[in-house]
Amino acid sequence: MAKSWVSLRKGIIGKKKSRDGAILLWMALPFILLVFAFSYVPLFGWIYSFYNFKPGIPLDKTPFVGLDYFRILVTEGREDVIRVLKNTLTLSFLLILCSPLPALLAILLNEVKSKRFRKIIQTTTTLPNFISWVIVFSLAFSMISSEGLVNKVLINWHIIKEPLNVLGNSGTVWPFQTAINIWKNVGFGSIIYIAAIAGIDNELYDAAKVDGASRFKSIVHITLPGISSTFFVLLLLQVSNILSAGFEQYLVFYNSLVSNKIEVLDYYVYKLGIVTSDYSYATAIGMLKTVISIILLFSVNYISKKARGTSII
Amino acid sequence: MKIKEDNLGGRIFNILNYAGLTLLFIICIYPFYYIFIYSLSDPVEAQKGITLLPAKVTLNNYIEIFQLKNMFHSFVVSVLRTAIGTGITVFSCSLFAYIVSKEELPYKKIIYRFVIITMYFNAGIIPYYLTMKMYHLNNNFLLYVVPSAISAFYVVLLKTFMEQLPPALEESAKIDGAGYFTIFTKIIFQVSTPIIATIAVFAAVTQWNSFIDNFLLVQNPKLRTLQLVLFEYFNQASQIASASKEDLARGTVVRKITPETIRMTITMVVTLPILCVYPSMQRYFVKGLILGAVKG
Repeated sequence: MAKSWVSLRKGIIGKKKSRDGAILLWMALPFILLVFAFSYVPLFGWIYSFYNFKPGIPLDKTPFVGLDYFRILVTEGREDVIRVLKNTLTLSFLLILCSPLPALLAILLNEVKSKRFRKIIQTTTTLPNFISWVIVFSLAFSMISSEGLVNKVLINWHIIKEPLNVLGNSGTVWPFQTAINIWKNVGFGSIIYIAAIAGIDNELYDAAKVDGASRFKSIVHITLPGISSTFFVLLLLQVSNILSAGFEQYLVFYNSLVSNKIEVLDYYVYKLGIVTSDYSYATAIGMLKTVISIILLFSVNYISKKARGTSII
Repeated sequence: MKIKEDNLGGRIFNILNYAGLTLLFIICIYPFYYIFIYSLSDPVEAQKGITLLPAKVTLNNYIEIFQLKNMFHSFVVSVLRTAIGTGITVFSCSLFAYIVSKEELPYKKIIYRFVIITMYFNAGIIPYYLTMKMYHLNNNFLLYVVPSAISAFYVVLLKTFMEQLPPALEESAKIDGAGYFTIFTKIIFQVSTPIIATIAVFAAVTQWNSFIDNFLLVQNPKLRTLQLVLFEYFNQASQIASASKEDLARGTVVRKITPETIRMTITMVVTLPILCVYPSMQRYFVKGLILGAVKG
C-alpha cells in the first residue's frame, strides 16, 4: 500500500515535471523560430552563389552555374578583390596595432587619484561609442572638412594658407580612419580593462609598495600581468574579425576622392549586390568571407586552448 | 600610512597624465559642444565663426528644422522604433533567458547553443537583404523591431544573472500555484532590474542609431528614420538644399537658415536623446558589463 503510494506520488511528480518541461518548451518555441527565421534562414541564401540568380525568377527556373562565380572571383574579378582585400587587411591591421590603447587608457585612469576626475574622463571618453557613424561623420565634417572649424582656425592663425582636406585625402585616409575608429571606441574598450584592474588583489600593490617598488614598477609587474589575459582574448577575437573592417564607418566616410583606399570587402559586396544587383556574385564573396572568418575564429580558439588552456568562445 | 611616492618622477608623471587625459577629454567632448553652440546660434553670426560661445542665442533653428518636410515625421519614426524595438528586445531576451535557465526545460543545452552560436556567424548583407524581402519586411515598420528581438549576447548576460538568483525567490510562488510566466513577470523581471536596465540602454541606443536596415530596405519616406535623414543629407546635400529652398519659397521657413545650421541642428536633434540618457545610465551599463564579464 505504502509502496504504491510512493510510486504513485513519483508518477505524479514525474508527470508534473514533464508537463512543466512541455510548457517551457512551448514558451521557448516562438523565440527559437525567431532565431531560426532571422539568423539561420539567411544562410540558405548562400545557395544563390551557385545559381545565376535574378530577382523575381523562382530558383527552380534559375540556371545552375556551379562554381562559376568563384572562378570569376579569381580571374576577371581578381584585381578588384585584391584591391578591396588590401584595404580591408590594412585597416584591420592598423586597428590591431592600436589594440593596446584601451588598456593604456585604463592604466592611466587607474593612476589618477581623484575619483571625480576619473569618472569625468571615463564618462566623456565612452560617449562616442554610443553615437552612430552618421553622427561621427557629421562631427568630423564640421570639425575637419575643408570648410570645418579646424581649417578656419588654422587659417586665421596663419598656420596654413590653403584648407586641408583630410576627408578627401587618399594618402592619409588609412591612418585617419584608424584614428576616427579609436576616437569612437577607445573609452568603451577601456571599461573591460578597468574591470580587470579592479579585479587585481590590492594586497599585491601594498606588498610592492612596502618593498619599495616605484609606481612604474608596480604597473609593469602587477597591472600588466593582471590584464594580459583579457588583452590576449580581445586580440585573438580581433584577429578572427580581420575581414570585417566595419561596413558603416566606410559607408559614411566614402567619397570619390578616397574610394580606392576606403573600399573594404563589406562595402564591395554591398556595391556589387545592392547597387548593381549582381546578387549571386556578391553572395559568393560574402559567403567566402564568412567561411574564412569562422575558420579564423576556430583557429585562434585552438591557439588559445593550446597556449592558455582556456577557450575564448 | 603614506609612503613617499611623490618624488620628482612621480609628480612629472602625474602632471603629464592629467594633461594627457584632459586633452583626451577635450577631443571627445568638444565636437559635440561645437555643434551644440552652432545649433543655438543665429545662422548668419555662426557662419562668421564661433568657437567657445554661441552667438545671438536662439531656438529658432530647432523650430525651423521641424518645419522641414518630413522632419517631424522621421523624428516620430525614430522614437517609435526605439520604444517598441527596445520593449520587444528586452521582453524577448529576458523571457528566453529565464526559460533556458530552468533545469526542467528539455533539450536545454541544445536550445541554448542554437541561439548562442548565432553570435559567431553572419550570413552576410546580400542574403540578409534577400531574406528580408522574402518576408516582405522591406518598406515595413516591423523590419525595425522584429529581427532584433533576440540577441545572443543579451541572452548570455541575462541568463548568467538569473542563474545567480536564489531559488527560494520562486519557490513560494510556485507553491501558490503560479505558472512560469507569472513568476517571470511578477518576480524574475522585477529582481533583475540592474541587468535589464543595462540591456535596455544598449538596445535603445542600438535602435536609435540604426540606419543600415532603413538604408537598404526601406524607401518609403513615411518610414524614414532621423539617422537616415541625416545620412541622406550628406549624400544628396544638393537635393535637400533645394527642398529647403522649396520650403523657403512656400513661406514655411521664414528666416534665413544656412545649410550648415540645418546640418548642425539635425545632428543635435539626433544626438540629444543619447546625451540626455547617457550620463544617468552610464553607471548601469558599467556595472552590468562588469557583472556579465566577470561572471560570464
